[in-house]
Amino acid sequence: MKWDHLNHCLKGATMSQAFTKAMARNIFYGGSLFFFLLFLALTFDTESALPDRDNRQAITEQVAMGKALWEKNDCIGCHTLLGEGAYFAPELGNVYKRFGSTDAIKAFIKGRPKDGIPGRRSMPQFNFSDEELDAIAAFLKYASEISNANWPPNIQG
Amino acid sequence: MQYQSQRVAKPYFIAAIGLFVGQILFGLVMGLQYVMGDFLFPEIPFNVARMVHTNLLIVWLLFGFMGAAYYLVPEESERELVSPGLALAMFWIFLIAGALTIVGYLFVPYSTLADMTGNDILPTMGREFLEQPTITKLGIVVVALAFLYNIGFTILSGRKTVITLVLLTGLTGLAVFFLFSFYNPDNLVKDKFYWWWVVHLWVEGVWELILGSILSFVLIKTTGVDREVIEKWLYVIIAMTLITGIIGTGHHYYWIGTPEYWQWWGSIFSAMEPIPFFMMTVFAFNMVNRRRRNHPNKPAVLWALGTAVMAFLGAGVWGFLHTLAPVNYYTHGTQITAAHGHMAFYGAYVMIVLTMISYAMPMLRGREAANSGRSQVVEMWGFWLMTVSIVFITLFLTAAGILQAYLQRMSETPLPFMVVQDKIALFYWLREIAGVVFIIGLIVYVASFFVGSREPEATVNTAEA
Repeated sequence: MKWDHLNHCLKGATMSQAFTKAMARNIFYGGSLFFFLLFLALTFDTESALPDRDNRQAITEQVAMGKALWEKNDCIGCHTLLGEGAYFAPELGNVYKRFGSTDAIKAFIKGRPKDGIPGRRSMPQFNFSDEELDAIAAFLKYASEISNANWPPNIQG
Repeated sequence: MQYQSQRVAKPYFIAAIGLFVGQILFGLVMGLQYVMGDFLFPEIPFNVARMVHTNLLIVWLLFGFMGAAYYLVPEESERELVSPGLALAMFWIFLIAGALTIVGYLFVPYSTLADMTGNDILPTMGREFLEQPTITKLGIVVVALAFLYNIGFTILSGRKTVITLVLLTGLTGLAVFFLFSFYNPDNLVKDKFYWWWVVHLWVEGVWELILGSILSFVLIKTTGVDREVIEKWLYVIIAMTLITGIIGTGHHYYWIGTPEYWQWWGSIFSAMEPIPFFMMTVFAFNMVNRRRRNHPNKPAVLWALGTAVMAFLGAGVWGFLHTLAPVNYYTHGTQITAAHGHMAFYGAYVMIVLTMISYAMPMLRGREAANSGRSQVVEMWGFWLMTVSIVFITLFLTAAGILQAYLQRMSETPLPFMVVQDKIALFYWLREIAGVVFIIGLIVYVASFFVGSREPEATVNTAEA
């Protein structure tokens, strides 16, 4: 109803004096402040709920190293991770489940041809050391075990 | 042009257009890589082209915002800028830092760039849209602070208008929320949660204040409608923007490990996010219909109306299309997202910067109010070619996205990602063709700056004819 009233006031050539600029300004400041505080409250609540969801107990030094490598090689520039990133290459949030093991992930990354595949998309050869491959695989395993409302809908990502 | 210091806007606008051209070139490269996977591989892999495409976009829009601020603030505040010299110095610093970053992306492997720039000391790289080396990010902060000082003191020591106060609020928010780009915890969920405080609270929050402010300024100037009316609209629009958009951040918190209640908060509030955009459309058309004079710069009015319509379609309608949690469950991270991203960025932010450039550039180049009639016609061709082709890019990507979501996620026998990509290649080809039309439109647009420069300026009468 309030909304109808607002619309009514804004409509037409003669803006009703009932709705003044000062009122509009107050709605802006008051509304923004209120909803920003609500957002902070929800953020606070989210932070307190995260320990049961975000798989933080699995974040070892190796996983942290894997995340650093993930970033240092801009994996997000082609892939999605939990659905966010680029849409050029497969989702990796569930790749551990799709491939079935960290060994399969490592073998895939290691086996990429240096000069690509004629006519097709191909992941670059990054020449990772074994330690780095272990770290990346561990990071992807950790990511796959985050509790995220059963997304993606199926194993294909 | 009433104030000398408004001139510093000109290099900002020129740089913005130059980087825009670069952005589109790399967009075409990526579009081709979607269907010819080995194109430029391994010299320019897709991720590098994408970084260049998106980072150039962000940087040129920032150039555009800053140029717009430097142009409109003196006029609104009725005084010269506090320091035009600082504005020019920051222009060169930002341009050189930006160019070096792009050169780094293109000529050095990304991991080497990370090592060279000491990413290990404060790791911030390798996250979508925030790929810049940490040192570049620090440079952005310095430029933003110097810019805010310049603009802020000019505004606060001059005539204060709603337009400048809203602009200052938006620009301050832009700087403040960018600081979250320095927070990069090992915890992936928290990383993603606060990453959106930069990305979402920028484009669906404070940037809309900047957009509203610039649009209001141009509408006051071109329609002559009473400032009181326009300012009241502006307040209501940006109130709705933040009332819906802040909690609307929740539409990014469905599937990243955050609690399920975000599906309710995000769905309900982001379903209302089209409201401010719809109001903006009604606002722009209302003001133009109630104009007290005809402005001789017709393209500027066209861009302003175009912004209102395309922002509503791209950000409002295409955003709503996939924002409800049960829909987003299937569309999250598909070409639907890409479709929305393209039309929303073009409609809201590309077009508002081009609106301002269209309005201000004739004066910055020594005209009274408008370019010659011939130049205006060419500019309007650029408008239509770019706008129609972005609509088609969006439609083709939407078709691709619907098929992708169905084949990969909804059908009885879900297919693997790359199998699906092959099946929808037709739509990627069509998108690339639309992209070629877009760059033709952009070339026509750029040409409008060189056509008819020696011819007399259009007046209201000649522009009517």
